[in-house]
Amino acid sequence: MTKSELIEQIAMRQPELSVKDVEAAVRIILDDVTDALAEGGRVEIRGFGSFSLHYREPRTGRNPKTGDPVELEGKFVPHFKPGKELREQVNASRALGY
Amino acid sequence: MGALTKAELAEHLHTELGLSKREAKSMVEAFFEEIRSCLRENEQVKLSGFGNFDLRDKRERPGRNPKTGEEIPISARRVVTFRPGQKLKAQVEDFEGPLTY
Repeated sequence: MTKSELIEQIAMRQPELSVKDVEAAVRIILDDVTDALAEGGRVEIRGFGSFSLHYREPRTGRNPKTGDPVELEGKFVPHFKPGKELREQVNASRALGY
Repeated sequence: MGALTKAELAEHLHTELGLSKREAKSMVEAFFEEIRSCLRENEQVKLSGFGNFDLRDKRERPGRNPKTGEEIPISARRVVTFRPGQKLKAQVEDFEGPLTY
């Protein structure tokens, strides 16, 4: 499912909202999560999961074309940990043959 | 700084879009429920710019009770993984730290 399909699905289930409102809402939700992480914050969505940052140590990488070593700085990467409900539902779907 | 939650997201939709509080709350619930419902049906969810929620089937593997050291197999399971998109990665990698949590 893509973002536009997600917007359509939500709009179908929220008939009191226009597609435009749903579109704007999805953009705001994703931007808010992004902004929270960009400021070093956490996002905790009960029943779904949490987003946080993980630190990656500086390391020596390689230019894949030339093989030359490249010094890479330490950086933060986004991390998602599925919540209990999501984990259980997804795992249960396996047993149901999906 | 506390974590961002559904309540804050709904509050923001209320102030920014003028949705009623009830509509805003229901919109936030619908957003996460729709993604969960897709994943439950073993369907990947791709949110361009943000990232992809993927599903992976894991085979049974040997595990260990960390307290007792006893060997217990970790059963085969399906798990959700999140692959952040370019835009999200670019936004967070310049965070200077340190993390407060």
